Amino acid sequence: MRIKHILKTLSMIDLIKGFNVTLKALFREKVTIQYPEVKTPLSPRFRGKLALMRYDNGEERCIACKLCSAVCPAQAITIESEEREDGTRRTTKFEIDAFKCIYCGFCEEACPVDSIVETNIFAYHMTENHQRTQTKEMLLQTGDDYKEEITKNRAKDSKFT
Amino acid sequence: MKEFITSLFSTLTIQEVSLVISVINIIIVTASLILFVVFMVYFERKIMGYMHARIGPNRVGPKGIFQSLADTIKLLFKEIIIPAKADRFMFLLAPLLLLIPAIAAWAVVPLNPEFLIADINAGLLYLLALTSFGVYGVILAGWASNSKYAFLGSMRAAAQMVAYEIAMGFALVGVLMAGGSLKLGAIVAAQSGGIQNWFFIPLFPLFIVYFISGVAETNRHPFDVAEGEAEIVAGFHVEYSGAAFAIFFLAEYINMALISILTAIFFLGGWESVFSNFSILENSVFSFLTQPSIFWLLIKTLFFLFVFVWLRATFPRYRYDQLMTLGWKVLIPITIVWIGVECIMFVMEVGPWSST
Repeated sequence: MRIKHILKTLSMIDLIKGFNVTLKALFREKVTIQYPEVKTPLSPRFRGKLALMRYDNGEERCIACKLCSAVCPAQAITIESEEREDGTRRTTKFEIDAFKCIYCGFCEEACPVDSIVETNIFAYHMTENHQRTQTKEMLLQTGDDYKEEITKNRAKDSKFT
Repeated sequence: MKEFITSLFSTLTIQEVSLVISVINIIIVTASLILFVVFMVYFERKIMGYMHARIGPNRVGPKGIFQSLADTIKLLFKEIIIPAKADRFMFLLAPLLLLIPAIAAWAVVPLNPEFLIADINAGLLYLLALTSFGVYGVILAGWASNSKYAFLGSMRAAAQMVAYEIAMGFALVGVLMAGGSLKLGAIVAAQSGGIQNWFFIPLFPLFIVYFISGVAETNRHPFDVAEGEAEIVAGFHVEYSGAAFAIFFLAEYINMALISILTAIFFLGGWESVFSNFSILENSVFSFLTQPSIFWLLIKTLFFLFVFVWLRATFPRYRYDQLMTLGWKVLIPITIVWIGVECIMFVMEVGPWSST
C-alpha cells in the first residue's frame, strides 16, 4: 500500500492530469463578453432605474395614493400631494433616493394606476451626492424617454402577471 | 566587434577595449532582460487568461500588447510610500539587493558559444552563490518594513529558499559530474551530438528536481507561501508601492528567466539543435535547423517559462509544512540517490559520457 502510494507520487500522474486539464482549457472557446460593445440579453422583467409614466394624453398617471411609499422596504420614496383646481389629487413632490432604492419592484406591484415602473436601465451614475435624489421631473422624463421600451417589455410579460 | 572597437578608438589599450566590450555586452543583456520582463508580464496574463477560458488583457493596443507598458508607466508614476516606522535606508535598499544578484547572475550565462560577458572558470559556483544571495533582499524587505505580515512572509521565504537551495545544489552536482566542468559553455559542449546526449535522459530525476527547486527558489506558484495572499496579504512586499514594488517584480521575472535558461543549458543541451543528427535535413533547405543557434536556446527557455505559467494556472498553493516535507524529505533524498546511481553509471560506463 505504502509502496504503491510512493510510486504514484513519484510518477507525478496526478500532476500530469492537472496539467492536461489546463492545457485543454488553453484551446477552449473563451467565455468573456466584451461588455460595452457586446451585451448580454436582459429579461423583460429586469428591474432597473425607476420611472413615472403618463397617460397617452400627457396627463401624469400618479394619483398620490402613497401605496408605493408605504410598501417600499427601504423607505426611498417621499411623496407630498395637493388637490388641483379640477378636483383631482396629484403629487407636488415625488422623490426617490437612488442610494436607498434596492430595486425590489414592490412599488410597481403596489401601484393601482401603473404609474411607477421599473425600466431595464442598470448603468447610470451621478457625480455629486445631491444628485442621488431623483425628482418628479426626472422620473417623468425617464418615463417619456423609454416609454416604447417599457411598453414592449410589459407586453412581453403580460401573459404571466 | 573587438576589431571594430579598436578601429574606433585606436588609442585604447587591449584592457580598455575589453572593458568597453564588456560594458556594451552588459547594456545589451540588461536591456533585453527588462524588455523580456515587459513581454513576460503580457505573456503570463494572456496564457493565464486563456487557461481560465478568459481572453486576458486586450484593451491597450492591438490584442492588448501594450498592457505591460501601460502597467510600467503606471507603477513608475505612483508614489513610493515608506511606512513611518520603517528603516528608510534598508527599506529602499532591499529591492535593489534582490534585483542586482538577479541581473548579475546573467554574467556567466552563455547565449551562444561566443556571446558571454564573463568567462569565469567557476561559472556554476558563481551562479549558486548569486541565486542564494537573493534571500538577503527578501529578508531585508520584510524586516525593514516593520510589519508583522511582511516579516512572516520573509521568514517563510528565507526558510523555503534555504531548503530548496540544497536540492538545487545537489541536482547541479549531477550535472557537474556529467559535464565535467564548472563552465556553462563546456557543459553545453558535453551535450553536443544529438538529442540522445542531452543530460535530461540520464539525469531525468535531477532535471525534474532542479526545475521544481527553481520554481520554489523564485517563490512562484505553487510554492509562493512567501506571498500567500490568503494568509499574509502579499508577504514580504506588502508595504511596497510604485517603482519599488515594480523592482520586486522585475527581479522575480528575471529570476524566472534565469532558472528557465539554466534548465535549458544544463539539461536540454543549450543552443544544440533538436535535429542535429537528422542527416535527411543535411542538404535540404532546412539544413539551418540542424545548426546550433541562439534560437534553439530561446525556444527551450520559452518552453520552461510557459511551464512556469502553466504551473501557476494549474496548482493550488502548497501548505507550508507540505512545502518543507517536499523539499527535505522528497527532493533531497532523490538527488542523493540519483547521484549514487550516476556514480554506478560512470563505473559501468553507460550513458552519454562513456563514448567520449
